[in-house]
Amino acid sequence: MELEFSELHTPNVKLSIKVDKQLFSLQSEFQRIDVFESKEFGRFLTLDGYMMLTEKDEFIYHEMITHVPMAVHPNPRKVLIIGAGDGGVVRELTRYKCVEHIDLVEIDEMVVEVCKKYLPFTSSKLDDPRVHIHYEDGVRFVRSCEDEYDLIIVDSTDPFGPGEGLFTKEFYGSCYKALRDDGIMVNQHESPFYEADVAAMQRAHKRIYECFPISRVYQAHIPTYPSGHWLFGFASKKYHPIHDLREKEWKELGIKTRYYNLNLHKGSFYLPTYVEELLKDVE
Amino acid sequence: MGGDPLKNKVDMNLSQKHAPIYEALKQLKKRRIVPFDVPGHKRGRGNPDLTAFLGEQCVAVDVNSMKLLDNLCHPVSVIKEAEELAAEAFGAAHAFFMVNGTTSAVQAMILTACKKGDKIILPRNVHRSAINALVLCGAEPVYVNPDMNERLGISLGMPIHEVEKAIRENPDAKAILVNNPTYYGVCSNLKKIVQLAHEHHMLALVDEAHGTHLYFHRDLPTSAMEAGADMAAVSMHKSGGSLTQSSLLLLGSRVNEGYVRQIVNLTQTTSASYLLLSSLDISRRNLALHGEEIFSEVIRLSEYVRSEINQIGGYYAFSKEMMNGDSAYDFDVTKLSVHTLDIGLAGMEVYEILRDEYDIQIEFGDIGNILAYVSVGDRKRDVERLISALSEIRRRYQRERTEMFSQEYFAPKVVTTPQEAFYSEKEALPIKETVGRVCSEFVMCYPPGIPILAPGEQITQEIIEYIEYAKAKGASITGPEDLKIEHLNVLKGV
Repeated sequence: MELEFSELHTPNVKLSIKVDKQLFSLQSEFQRIDVFESKEFGRFLTLDGYMMLTEKDEFIYHEMITHVPMAVHPNPRKVLIIGAGDGGVVRELTRYKCVEHIDLVEIDEMVVEVCKKYLPFTSSKLDDPRVHIHYEDGVRFVRSCEDEYDLIIVDSTDPFGPGEGLFTKEFYGSCYKALRDDGIMVNQHESPFYEADVAAMQRAHKRIYECFPISRVYQAHIPTYPSGHWLFGFASKKYHPIHDLREKEWKELGIKTRYYNLNLHKGSFYLPTYVEELLKDVE
Repeated sequence: MGGDPLKNKVDMNLSQKHAPIYEALKQLKKRRIVPFDVPGHKRGRGNPDLTAFLGEQCVAVDVNSMKLLDNLCHPVSVIKEAEELAAEAFGAAHAFFMVNGTTSAVQAMILTACKKGDKIILPRNVHRSAINALVLCGAEPVYVNPDMNERLGISLGMPIHEVEKAIRENPDAKAILVNNPTYYGVCSNLKKIVQLAHEHHMLALVDEAHGTHLYFHRDLPTSAMEAGADMAAVSMHKSGGSLTQSSLLLLGSRVNEGYVRQIVNLTQTTSASYLLLSSLDISRRNLALHGEEIFSEVIRLSEYVRSEINQIGGYYAFSKEMMNGDSAYDFDVTKLSVHTLDIGLAGMEVYEILRDEYDIQIEFGDIGNILAYVSVGDRKRDVERLISALSEIRRRYQRERTEMFSQEYFAPKVVTTPQEAFYSEKEALPIKETVGRVCSEFVMCYPPGIPILAPGEQITQEIIEYIEYAKAKGASITGPEDLKIEHLNVLKGV
């Protein structure tokens, strides 16, 4: 018997992973949720058939979306996470003692339930007392917040489906309003490689660039995402991601990471020429 | 479902579960009839680009009247059945399927009621289609001043005492036309107006372009047929879900169906589109079977959006609290109108910002308000975007409320009938030089398409200022021959 999970990265390119067994499948109010077990990538979670995370490479995504802003902000106490019901971002964030309060806004309660049960490697810290989970639309939640957060992490799905609203100007504007005067917003920024992803990436950059005085993009290599070349957005009211990097202080925290390090932090903001051009086109 | 279903004698085998036109089109597809008739694209084969764009399913039913499919000009089989089912669903004595928009339904009502020289009582804030009908038939308008809501700067419905006054002064009028609900969702005391009309041997006509849903939910305001009106023009394509341009004309029992059909056929195409007809048929079936449930959801969604918008601050999404027992006798809560002047922005400005900066297209913005159309097709996440975008617009653009126009109703001075004015000798003058002259054309912001000036009305300084202001705020002004609206046509020598 051969079982395989496949995802079309473009109409002509497909990633397939051999599956040992399917652990879970359900159509929630918002999307289809599946969990598989595989030899190569361990357990992995898909939403509406799109790869969200695998046991083998999730550390790359979660470390890069969390430690980059955390090594820049001098005193991040209150953090808002949008999406991220798998708990990966929370796992990384709870390693910082300075963080006092985490609001996690996930639209789909089933995602959290499923991850708690099947993906303990990401969901292990969802029960941390600092974590407050809100099951509602992220666009709605952030609309009523003002001058409240030091850091917002937008761990969205793709710009179609339930995560659509998290790529809009009104959402980024609301995030700006929800941040304190020296706040930082980091977001999942799609890929610069395939045509459809490029369009989404440029749209997101244009809208963030219009909302924040500082808007930079950094990259990471995530094997199971389309093309493997993935981007994150770093938007900020005050701090520059490299000039304001607090190397000494971060080193003193003694946080052990597998992907992130301070050299890579700086290096990740140096982008290939074609990516720089794509970004410049919309600035 | 509105009205008494036993009023109509629909074929015993037919029920609201059927859609006779749709079923006939499916039969036609099965029979694989070889077309040597129009349309010439022959089920799309002759126009591959069009077929690729619209889809084979769609072009394959763009067909001509034939025995199997009946004929809209003289219905005897499936169209007749579909119209009977529609009449039953809407509680009407008869229903006509209309394929040239609700405009044609409004015109059919007026042309049925009036001929040259007859009087018709109507509010001035009617849609242009009503006054267009007066240009066609030569009837004389007797305008009833709609009340204004001063705070919102919008016209309301018809106050009863104004209707009574118009009847007293014009006992020879042939009909009363009511615009109900208005674009903003304001309803008049329809039952009372219908009663007054009938007491004075006038027909009660209702422009119900924004009221399809009233027939299918018990918590919504009274529909025209329920109120006993004689004719109603219903835009199925607005809240009813059919294709753009398809509409219904409903009749009460006092109007002669055969005569109305003759009137309709004066201007109606002889090649009615089966895409439009089947969309009416399928939508009627859907509303009859699921209307209550559909509009419960629309009401729930509208109420949610309204309460969220009111929490933002600055905006006022109005609702039933604006009712006054007379000119705002009832309010249609599915309408989402938001007053914007208190954040210092004209509705038109908010409308433009929503589209240009936030990729959100709403129905219209006028001087003081915006209107977003909420329907069964909306998703929760889309309305969240709308609310957030409004919140952002307030944060980014809010300014002191300066002197802004808030009055949009100008009591017209009618010098001559629309038909007289339209066909008289005229001259084009620069807009500023037209004060005191008699306009021979329409001027209106579109949407909502309610004339600022209609043919035969005197131009005043106030009106010119309003037009200039609306132009400066980016409103789309339509009507005049001069598309740039720098000149207006006025009557020569008057």
